[in-house]
Amino acid sequence: MKALRNYLDKIKPNFEEGGKLHALRSVFDGFETFLFVPNTTARKGVNIHDAIDSKRIMSFVVIALVPALLFGMYNVGYQHYMAAGLMDSASFIEVFGYGFLAVLPKILVSYIVGLGIEFIVAQLKGEEIQEGFLVSGIIIPMIVPVNCPLWILAVAVAFSVIFAKEVFGGTGMNVFNVALIARAFLFFAYPTMMSGDTVWVATESIFGLGADLPDGFTAATALGEAATIGVPAFSMDMVWGFIPGSIGETSVVAILLGAIILLWSGVASWKTMLSVFVGGSVVALLFNTFGAEDNYMAMMPWYQHLVLGGFCFGAVFMATDPVTSARTETGKFIFGFLVGAMAVIIRVLNPGYPEGMMLAILLMNVFAPLIDYYVVQSNINRRLKRMSK
Amino acid sequence: MASLFSKKNREVLLTPLGLNNPVTVQVLGICSALAVTAQLEPAIVMGLSVTVITAFSNVVISLLRNTIPNRIRIIVQLVVVAALVTIVSEILKAFAYDVSVQLSVYVGLIITNCILMGRLEAFAMQNGPWESCLDGIGNGLGYAKILIIVAFFRELLGSGSLLGIRIIPEAAYEAGYLNNGLMLMPPMALIIVACIIWYQRAKHPELQESSN
Repeated sequence: MKALRNYLDKIKPNFEEGGKLHALRSVFDGFETFLFVPNTTARKGVNIHDAIDSKRIMSFVVIALVPALLFGMYNVGYQHYMAAGLMDSASFIEVFGYGFLAVLPKILVSYIVGLGIEFIVAQLKGEEIQEGFLVSGIIIPMIVPVNCPLWILAVAVAFSVIFAKEVFGGTGMNVFNVALIARAFLFFAYPTMMSGDTVWVATESIFGLGADLPDGFTAATALGEAATIGVPAFSMDMVWGFIPGSIGETSVVAILLGAIILLWSGVASWKTMLSVFVGGSVVALLFNTFGAEDNYMAMMPWYQHLVLGGFCFGAVFMATDPVTSARTETGKFIFGFLVGAMAVIIRVLNPGYPEGMMLAILLMNVFAPLIDYYVVQSNINRRLKRMSK
Repeated sequence: MASLFSKKNREVLLTPLGLNNPVTVQVLGICSALAVTAQLEPAIVMGLSVTVITAFSNVVISLLRNTIPNRIRIIVQLVVVAALVTIVSEILKAFAYDVSVQLSVYVGLIITNCILMGRLEAFAMQNGPWESCLDGIGNGLGYAKILIIVAFFRELLGSGSLLGIRIIPEAAYEAGYLNNGLMLMPPMALIIVACIIWYQRAKHPELQESSN
């Protein structure tokens, strides 16, 4: 640590006014404040000083995502080796290594493209580099199918960073969750790469690991199956995550670990998380009771709704996004409840979209300010009434 | 002849193409810009139809402007526009049937295009027929220009072709290139229009609203 600090201090003059690398000052500044908590404070205006700054908050979220990411890598390998029929003879290292090699390029592409745009924008505006993409950059590879081509991912990341974030004024100003906009872009622009039954299992060998699967190999997600041929029987694999799906979203257990980290560190709100699950269960129970018998999705048990697809991942990591969700405490309950409810409603009632979490969160992102407005207004009205008594 | 293209008249004709564009500056006629721009051909036909209709309706209303009672002027304007739209629609059906099917209701809906009513109210009611004609052509072409730019990107990236002719080679598809399905949906047209506005305002700071 000491050596790193000394090194940074040594190269710092190069980036200051008149130094030869002055043009890259925001890059240096970004890394310096990421590695060390800055000890300077704002000089003007009233500021609330928190124990951790936003770079540290972002780091906590990234740490919380690690279990789901590591499991996702293993599951990519597991699904591939199962499909190739080689699971019995493969070692853990081989399986994980395959998944690691399949997922790593996506993470690299996402970070290079996203941070590249952030760095360029920061240079152009002469501002500090904003840290928001630290989290989005790791979430985006986790919510796409493993067969999503890298160039498509790059286009989607560029689109969402520019149009969902920078045009609104950068980190903290975005109306929509940036990672979800990237996914929505992929989903609508390249539907063949984002849904269906050919994209969820990696089909090619990487550096001699794994095997090339025959053309025409298919494996549907559990939700895809539920929408078309009937609800698959509930199994513990769905909880542990050994099912086809987007890279990071299959394992409830790994996401639960992340949720514990987020809640323990106080980064995410338990109110939003809990109410997403409550909303989803209530609506799923309603559909179980009153839904059409021939709609497979409506007949899916409520706990299966919560376990399958991106429900858990969305509830823990995306509905709780402090920027795009409701900010008032009561508002968080309303916001979360509606996210869960909408997700199940979209799954059940729209046969085109077997998964509704993405659209539900994006929809509620739009309504979050409205929810906050009415919560604040009702508070004002209540206090006015008290005063006039 | 010199007075026909005096400096003022040239401005009337040319500013709608750039600094006073009906779509990007006045933000009128957006709905049809979203609806007919998935391909280049209907966009061109639509742009030309609007140009013809704005030009002629401007001339007609300008000729009538001193005889129209003020209280019923909107009705009179609508009758003129509706007559012209019907003529254009029939001509399209007769000579360019495929395109008119693609444009479907949007030819008829030119009647409700805000650019038309805007020009009639703002320009033709106060100016002579020749200026009004130039103004109509200018605004129609300004509208057509944006439609064509938007349609160019949407057809190229969404279908890989221009005017129905394949531009992106087969080899690119074999290498893994895919058409962008979002380009064929209206939201992307809105984003492209927004990008054009962004570009134009970045280039011409005088168009930017003050930030307070």
